[in-house]
Amino acid sequence: MGRIQLKQVKKAFGDVVVIPPLDLEIEDGEFVVFVGPSGCGKSTLLRLIAGLEDTTAGTIEIDGKDATGLPPAKRGLAMVFQSYALYPHMSVRKNIAFPMKMAGLDQAEQDKRIKAAAAALNLTDYLDRRPGQLSGGQRQRVAIGRAIVREPAAFLFDEPLSNLDAALRVGMRMEISELHKKLATTMVYVTHDQVEAMTMADKIVVLQAGVIEQVGSPLELYRAPRNKFVAGFIGSPKMNLLDGPEAAKHNVQTIGIRPEHIDISTTEGLWKGTIGVAEHLGSDTFMHIHGIPGCDPLTVRAGGEVSVKHGDTVFLTPQAEHIHKFDKQGLRIA
Amino acid sequence: MARAISPRKKIMWTALAWGLGLLIFFPIMWTFLTSFKSEATAISDPPVWFFFDWTIENYSTVLERSNYPLALTNSIIIAVGSTILGILIAVPAAWAMAFVPGKHTKDVLLWMLSTKMLPAVGVLYPLVLLAKWLGVMDSRILLIVVLMLINLPIIVWMLYTYFREIPGEILEAARMDGASMKSEIFYVLTPMALPGIASTILLNIILAWNEAFWTILLTTVDAAPLTKFIASFSAPEGLFYAKLSAASVMAIAPILIMGWFSQKQLVRGLTFGAVK
Repeated sequence: MGRIQLKQVKKAFGDVVVIPPLDLEIEDGEFVVFVGPSGCGKSTLLRLIAGLEDTTAGTIEIDGKDATGLPPAKRGLAMVFQSYALYPHMSVRKNIAFPMKMAGLDQAEQDKRIKAAAAALNLTDYLDRRPGQLSGGQRQRVAIGRAIVREPAAFLFDEPLSNLDAALRVGMRMEISELHKKLATTMVYVTHDQVEAMTMADKIVVLQAGVIEQVGSPLELYRAPRNKFVAGFIGSPKMNLLDGPEAAKHNVQTIGIRPEHIDISTTEGLWKGTIGVAEHLGSDTFMHIHGIPGCDPLTVRAGGEVSVKHGDTVFLTPQAEHIHKFDKQGLRIA
Repeated sequence: MARAISPRKKIMWTALAWGLGLLIFFPIMWTFLTSFKSEATAISDPPVWFFFDWTIENYSTVLERSNYPLALTNSIIIAVGSTILGILIAVPAAWAMAFVPGKHTKDVLLWMLSTKMLPAVGVLYPLVLLAKWLGVMDSRILLIVVLMLINLPIIVWMLYTYFREIPGEILEAARMDGASMKSEIFYVLTPMALPGIASTILLNIILAWNEAFWTILLTTVDAAPLTKFIASFSAPEGLFYAKLSAASVMAIAPILIMGWFSQKQLVRGLTFGAVK
């Protein structure tokens, strides 16, 4: 079981309120991702759940029991840190065994769980090495192993992949997702990378300045962002947001259109612009178009094989059914 | 790009370094040489350097006249004892200051260090009176406690600097893993800070070993360490340079040898965690 409920949880450091009172429910077995720009309070929120920070007000319930005042160890949660936070003076085996040793588990049970975790995480050959002798990916797996053996109610991940190189990050992303499928344990995952959020989450919590902007499944957030912030944050490349005359045509303050929802033509279209930078990724081409009022540059996704060059004139037409409309407060208009 | 140093400059700097090194080493070397001279040669003018009748008479006289083994034992017990006691108190103190600092932690640290600036003689009378009242004058336990108190600020400061180098996330991980505060300090912090703790121990043993003011004033016979042993040879009825030198060599030899073998740790200790 791993149901976590935050009720009116608030965090302030002195006079600075980092997280104004917020409510959040994390269901048992869910993979929840907290995402937001740096400094948005997502890590603080995770640390409040972990018990590494004290709440200023409000209650945190884990499986229906009030855990607000409990020390980290008593909450039945395991955490994986960005820096791995392995014990450098202990072998991999001892690192993984540490939480079980603290819990006073007998040696046979410890060995059994270490063996299982090592097998699941491809660490069997490295059990007697020190963390310093492992690669970044292996270290991260040890950190996960140390979390697994506790059989926690929920796993907390604090930007666990930020220190890995891009290729490894994709691999570890899948490993963690698979682990979630296998264990079916609640996972709360913090990242600033919206791609990680989109690919891994059952439920995404978008945060800005300590405030939850929207909670929903990745596709909900993609299809119907509640406001301009979420619209701009979820999706890659970012949604184009146009103010001014183009928005006025729809009688709104701002309209948003995703790069993949714009048709491009060399002969005719609604908007006319010139190509600035074109990023050829092979599978896709991202073009930055200048000259469209209210949004400069405007990003457009085209197929991989388009042959366009800097300075070409192009015509763009947004797909009407994919236009997002926002009012003066930046809130979505259905 | 590496800084370019011309060979001539290099030779100059090397010579200067050696010169300074020898200058610092000279008193020790001179003491060592004098300890093998007769009393007459020791005060001869002009001084004799290497070519004299080497004798170990001074050493045998010193050993005959006083209780070197007792002084040595006292020195070891006092230096090691005050260091261990200091470490036991300083580790939790430094842990608190490094990982759960309060508003005034910095002030407390500075205040602790400021006590080192107090002239020792200022507290001589109160301390002697207190020791007499407790009936612990000339006892090892008194010196262990006094030297521990004197060096505690330095031990706390050094440990604090070393602890600050340990990433807080590792201690948080231990907390998440179910470690109590005691387990966190014992299983995670202390082993990780071991090199730093070792340097602190070494440096503190040396400081305690060489401490002369309190050890001379608070002891007479029973607890007298090597400092007192040396002092007893600067007799009022005349100076016996050769015997004094022999006693000095015997007093500093153990610590010098220890220092020689632990140079690496000591350098780390003396740079005070300035470089990571």
